[in-house]
Formats: sequence, C-alpha cells, structure tokens
Amino acid sequence: MSETLRSDVLISGGGLVGQALALALSHHGLSVQIVDPADPVATIAPGFDGRASAIASATWQMFEVLGIAERLTGHGCPIRAIKVGDGAPDSGRGGELDFVTADGDPPLGTMIENRQLRLALAAGLADAPLVRLHMPATVTTRDIGVHGVTLTLADGTRLAAPLLIVAEGRRSPTRYAAGFSIASWSYHHHAMIGAVAHERPHGHVAHEIFYPSGPFALLPLVDDGEGRHRSAFVWTVAEKDGPGFAKLGDRGFVAELEKRAGGVLGAMELVAPRMTYPLGFHHSASIVAERIALVGDAAHGIHPIAGQGLNLGLRDVAALTEVLVEGARLGLDLGDAALLARYQRWRGLDNMMVSLATDGLTRLFGIPGRTAAAVRRTGLGAVQRLPILKRFFMDEARGEAGDLPKLLAGAEV
Amino acid sequence: MSAATINPNEAAHFGALAADWWDPHGSSAMLHKLNPVRLAYIRDQIDAHWHVDARERHPLAGRSALDVGCGAGLLAEPLARMGAQVTGVDAAPENIAAARGHAAGQGLAISYFAGELAALPPATFDLVTSMEVVEHVTDPAAFIGELAGRLGPGGLMILSTPNRTMLSKLLLVEAAERVGAVPRGTHDWDQFLKPEELTNLLESAGLEVIDRTGLSPSAAKGFKLGGSEALNYLVAARWPA
Repeated sequence: MSETLRSDVLISGGGLVGQALALALSHHGLSVQIVDPADPVATIAPGFDGRASAIASATWQMFEVLGIAERLTGHGCPIRAIKVGDGAPDSGRGGELDFVTADGDPPLGTMIENRQLRLALAAGLADAPLVRLHMPATVTTRDIGVHGVTLTLADGTRLAAPLLIVAEGRRSPTRYAAGFSIASWSYHHHAMIGAVAHERPHGHVAHEIFYPSGPFALLPLVDDGEGRHRSAFVWTVAEKDGPGFAKLGDRGFVAELEKRAGGVLGAMELVAPRMTYPLGFHHSASIVAERIALVGDAAHGIHPIAGQGLNLGLRDVAALTEVLVEGARLGLDLGDAALLARYQRWRGLDNMMVSLATDGLTRLFGIPGRTAAAVRRTGLGAVQRLPILKRFFMDEARGEAGDLPKLLAGAEV
Repeated sequence: MSAATINPNEAAHFGALAADWWDPHGSSAMLHKLNPVRLAYIRDQIDAHWHVDARERHPLAGRSALDVGCGAGLLAEPLARMGAQVTGVDAAPENIAAARGHAAGQGLAISYFAGELAALPPATFDLVTSMEVVEHVTDPAAFIGELAGRLGPGGLMILSTPNRTMLSKLLLVEAAERVGAVPRGTHDWDQFLKPEELTNLLESAGLEVIDRTGLSPSAAKGFKLGGSEALNYLVAARWPA
C-alpha cells in the first residue's frame, strides 16, 4: 500500500479561492494539502485567464495580512468612482448614479488582472512550508468516513485529513457527488470578457451601463509597461447573439466595444484574449455536510455584474479560516459539526443576500422597454438622493457589510 | 475514593446513552453545541495559568491532564489535541468503550479507565477537569476531595455545573428534558450546587478559587460565556501560593 499523507485540511481545487484559503490557513499554523487536476504552470501562462477582478477594500486588508498585497504592488488600480447608467456615457444617460469616494477614504475596490493574482498566490504558496500542492493530480476515490476524509490519487497516494474543503468552482464534482441541493438558473446571457488599451485615461472611474440587451461594464486597470491606459470590460449579450459576436473579427469587435463605451475612453485596442462565459446563478442551500465545507463558486455563483463573485469567495476564506483556526486552538476535530455549523451560520446569509441582490439588479436592468427604463431611472435617482441607501451600496461594494471576519478587518485570527 | 461518590443509577443512565455520544444530531446535541464554549473557557484559563500565547496550537504540551466523568471523550480528545498526556475516567464502562473506539479512530493516544477514580494508579496531574459531574455524585464533598488529591503542585482545576436556581429548574430540568433537548432523567435538581456552595467545597479541600464565570444561552451563538450564572457556571481553582 502507498503512503498516506496527513494534514489538518484537504482543499480540492487550486484556483484563486482554494490557494488564498491555503495561504490563510498556513499563515495561522494549519497544514494544508491542495489537490487539483490542473497544471499550475499552465494556469499562470499568459492567456490562460484574461479576466480581471474588483478586489473589495476589505478583501485587500486580508491580502495585506497574508503578504499577498505586497506581491501585487504596482498591479492594482483603485476604483475611485462608479458611474451607473442605462445609456452610453456620452448619451446623457450614462451617469445617473455616481459613487464617489471622499479624499482619504479607501477605494471602492481595486482592479487586478487575474493573472497577477495567480502569480502572487503561487509565489506566496512557494514560501508556505505548511502547504503541499498535488497538482496536476486526479482523485480516483473519495472516502468520507466517520473520523476523516481520505482521497486516493491516480498514482495510489492517499491524502487524509479531518476536513475536505471544496473549492472546485461552479461545476464542482465533489459537491454533486456529496448530494448538495443547488438552486440554479441560467440568465440566457453570455459574458464576453477581456481588456482593452485606450486613448484617454480612465481617471479611476468604473462604468456600469445597463443596456436593454444586457449590462456592460468598463473597469479601470493600471497602465501597461508601455504606458498605455487600459480597462477591463465585461460585456453581456443574449445567448442567441453570443455566437455572432464570437465570430466577429477583432476589428469589428472593437468597433462595437467603442460604440458601447460611448467614446469616453477614445479609440480602443484589444490587449487580452477575449473570453466568453455562459452566465448563470446557483446557490447551495447548505454550504456544509459531514466533514465537507464548500467555498467560493462551489457554494454560490452569481452574476458578474457587480464584480462580487471573487469577493464573496474570499469572504468565505476569511470566515472559514477564523472558524478553523479558533477550532484548532481549542483542540477540536476540524471536521467537528459545531465548527461547520458556525461557518454555515456566518456565511450562509451573506452569500444569500449578495446573490439575491445581484440577481434582482440583473432582472431589474434586464427588462427592456420604456416603462422599465423609467422605473430604473427613478430607482437610481432614489438611491442617489438617499444617503443611507447609497452608503449601503458602497459598503457592499467595499465588502464591509455583515459581521466582519478578523482577516477582512486587516487583523490576524 | 469511596464507592459512595458514584451514584449507580446515574452511571447506568449515561451508560445507556453511550452509543449516541459522538452523534452531533443525537441525544448529545446540546453537549456538542456547549463544547466549544466550555473549551474556550478552559483554553483561556490554561493560557492565563501557565502564561501561554493564545495562538499556540499545543498549549498543554508536556503536561498531564485528568478528565473525571469523561463520557465518550468530548473534552479528553481536545485536551489531547492541545498537547496533553490525557487520562479519562468514567463510571460507565459503555462510555469508556465508546471513548476508546472514538480516540482510536481519531488517532489519539488517551488512557481511559472505567470505574472508580481510586482504581487509578496513584498519580497527580497538571490539569484536572470535571464537567457537569459534581451534581451527579452522592457525596460532593468527598468527590471534590478526591479531585484535589489528584491535582499536582502548580496545577489547575476546572469544573462546570448547573446552578440551583428556579431558572435552572424550569429550563434545564423541566423544559429541556421534556422537549428532548436533554435526555430525560439527566438531572436531579436537588443535587445542584450554588456557586458559593461549590466554592466552599473547594476551599475546604485546601484550594483557592481563581475564577468563576457564568455560561448562559445566547440567541446568536447557542451559548455564551460571561453574563448570568443562573443556569450554569464554570469554576477554576489552584493551590494557594
């Protein structure tokens, strides 16, 4: 029989959320094994992930504690204002709602290319002696026992721990196998994602424009090595229009992009590969089961409209880290039902609220027609005029709502 | 230790529940919810008594611990994971069998003994704990004396027990047992000790009480430390300097 490698926890899934969780746990003295079929070298190659993420300022605080922030120096672009409208920025309907940060306030978020996040996390893990990567590796059998979880890899190696954390993303095979019940629906839209270089500076402003055909977002990135101004785009189109846009050549695609951006950024040029994702919503009623905890997109997949998907996953990371580290200091079995129940109570509601809020937003803005547009304008006007509502939306964007885990307040557990 | 300290009916009652000890949804559900809160108190007392960093993973490394009335090891196992060399004693052989089986599954080396504390080879321990036991023995004074006899020099003793108040009679004995939150027949309210009574027993055994903290229900967390002692309380004691 092959050897059994033991650790405090096993993480299935070595993506952004799985790696951040491994770093957070090992930072507090817990040993971790990550298993993932992907080759880690391939996942940091240019072109593997052309997306960018809006890191909420609370999440950034956690990056500071874990030493990820300093590895990202020079790669983060602070968002100082968000303009929300339901027409192109130059149409007179492009800035109904401006969330603007006051001088000295933290930004509404920091835009970072996912590739830079992956590089920073990989470098952090290379310096984390308590983390062992099994990548690429395939799990052949998964045994959830009374006393712990054992994963057997294709080469016969056995990995054992009291808890299996599932960070496998939206189509999580372990979640399916474990029988979690999931609420899900498709938005019948595709998101086209990428980055452009543009003529004029973005001034650290993000634009979210709710076109009748679907939301369109421009998010500021740092200038590239040659000093070109850059922004990421998230462009949602109806499912039926997706293939048409995919066939469009780069030049035609850019012309369409410029039209939707309404000229505020000037002439554009693609600087990252275009990627297309089908959009859906899914939410797991329970995020724990016997000796299993779900984190990130394995637990909840939301519309990318507000850029909150990764932040939700990283809030899972902060809460689960606190629960497990405190549990370990009390000598508890890390798969203890009382610990998992605490994680469920802590994250279940927040995930549900953000998921439903973004779903509601998508639906409100996804309804075509003049009346709906009028309702939207009235609604946005109301938010603009009511400081309490505005504060709520800004705090949500910063990730500061709810009972804050210590890591998100910039403190160790 | 005299056999009189073990109430045979009590031992049989808990022995019958042995198989269920480790099922977080079974008849011990309340205990599983209570356990992290009690452990938080024990950890705080350990850190304060031996000046350990709160972030230390093994605060009891190099120390011995005795848990009296250990059940199936709900406290003994965490103490072992905190680094202690743990001995668990329980009057019900069924409990000890469940405890041994569970510790083996968890890969923990814990010494378990069924029966009288006196049957244990003569030894003293750095940490002596006894959770929710003193209210079940026939002679509490003799029992506290036996516990003190096992506490080594410089050691720390931690006890928990329900208070004898109208609230505990109403909530713990009547309501909780009737709705099944706590198994029927678990408590005999007349045997409960008020905090001053327990303090007197400890002082009569030559110990000094260094802390007393209430443990009460909390809407948000199930149970919380601090606040009212009316339902349940924890006590920490040591040898006077």
